[in-house]
Amino acid sequence: MSVSNLSTQLKSGLDAPICLTWELTYACNLQCIHCLSSSGRRDPRELDTDQVKNVLDQLRDLQVFYINIGGGEPMIRKDFFEILEHAEQNNIGVKFSTNGTYITAENAQRLASMNYLDIQISLDGVDRATNDAVRGEGSFDTSIAAMNFLRDANFGPFKISVVMTRQNVDQLDAFKELADRYGAQLRITRLRPAGRGADTWNELHPTQAQQRQIYDWLIAHGDNVLTGDSFFHLNAFGESLPGLNLCGAGRVVCLIDPIGDVYACPFVIHDQFKAGSVHDEGGFAHVWRNSDLFLSLREPESEGACTSCGNYDSCQGGCMAAKFFTGLPLDGPDPECVIGAGESLLKSATVNLIPKPSMDHSRKISVTVGGNK
Amino acid sequence: MTVTLDSACELHPQVALRPEPFGALAYHYGNRKLVFLKHPDVVAVLRDVAAHNTLADTLVAHNVAPERWNSFVSALSSLETSEIIRVRQ
Amino acid sequence: MDTTAPIAVDTAQAQTASHDSVSSATTTPHIVEELLVEEISIDGMCGVY
Repeated sequence: MSVSNLSTQLKSGLDAPICLTWELTYACNLQCIHCLSSSGRRDPRELDTDQVKNVLDQLRDLQVFYINIGGGEPMIRKDFFEILEHAEQNNIGVKFSTNGTYITAENAQRLASMNYLDIQISLDGVDRATNDAVRGEGSFDTSIAAMNFLRDANFGPFKISVVMTRQNVDQLDAFKELADRYGAQLRITRLRPAGRGADTWNELHPTQAQQRQIYDWLIAHGDNVLTGDSFFHLNAFGESLPGLNLCGAGRVVCLIDPIGDVYACPFVIHDQFKAGSVHDEGGFAHVWRNSDLFLSLREPESEGACTSCGNYDSCQGGCMAAKFFTGLPLDGPDPECVIGAGESLLKSATVNLIPKPSMDHSRKISVTVGGNK
Repeated sequence: MTVTLDSACELHPQVALRPEPFGALAYHYGNRKLVFLKHPDVVAVLRDVAAHNTLADTLVAHNVAPERWNSFVSALSSLETSEIIRVRQ
Repeated sequence: MDTTAPIAVDTAQAQTASHDSVSSATTTPHIVEELLVEEISIDGMCGVY
């Protein structure tokens, strides 16, 4: 039996995800214009404390070592600490993403006393104007206050999570300096046209020149900056960025949404990428191992229109979610394809009707780019 | 190489192994390192290495062909560096 | 990503996995090292934000 390439082993699927994202609630006090999950209002069907603990027990039994908790704003849940503690007691490592609103001095102390916990604070600009245009008025000050509380509580190296947009690419060095100043770890991720991000993608997503800028910056600084492998489509520029260079959806990761539905990844909350529910018979493991969707994602993918392009091995055709929500065929180029194949296809008439998210928990206020300035 | 054929090794107590079709995942709860063990033989050797006086004895016990021993020394050395295993004192 | 060994395509894997323990003078063409272990970052997989 020969040892096959890691990527091949990962693509064919694992008995359980390596890491999964679990959004605990659709409720959020903010209304970010690129929110992947179109969050705002709580969904009455959200899992209750006992149901959440039951799923955590399932993940423990499957030896899922690490989960990524998000939302919505997960700290809005009254049982948030109870959930964290249950995960910790069961040896499930947690990273949670927060806008920082509920990180008070007291909560920071409590979080700092936990052992197996990572926190990432969302920040999409190094100044008020840039950040608040995306995340809402006052959100910059909130994030900074939370960072100060975590630093003062000696939490240790928390993460600062930045979604790269046309407006903040030039701030990469400044983000790094900010993170260094806090002893924090910078994590930059790709903007996806998912959730409300589908409505704002045209205005927010980095230009072709900026894609190159991100790539060059990561080549220079990538060793100390986390990306969640989210820029693997940029590998077609040349040398590969650090990472697995692999779409993890349904292969190594997945999403559990607040009502217990299981999706291929956090960027595709849409019926077409729903694999099942934790309420199904057999629970989460059955969905992970047997859903038709996940089994199909583990089949060798078709290169489709990219077959003749020499870059395919580098870019892997890019991000499934980015293609889906811009109306591009899943076996076609990424909308941010570095040689422009996606962009030209978007301009042509062959683009499918752009799918709308299946669920929307936005609060009923109008949201526009820059509308919060 | 931090591990040789004569080394006496054991899994680090904070490490869990999760079986997978290709072999296993090894995860260290302390340093949060995740390592793919990409062949069932390396998993079998790791699970049993503490029961033998040397790595070589473990490889013999698991019928690992001598021409593959270098690969196992490399693998266990890298696992020692990641603290997935440690050398018994 | 933290790796103990480079991620490589199948054909290149045997070469990238070779360490100094196999010097060019002693290498025989039939013995190549297997890359038996690879370390990855648990927070480094695409599909996690």
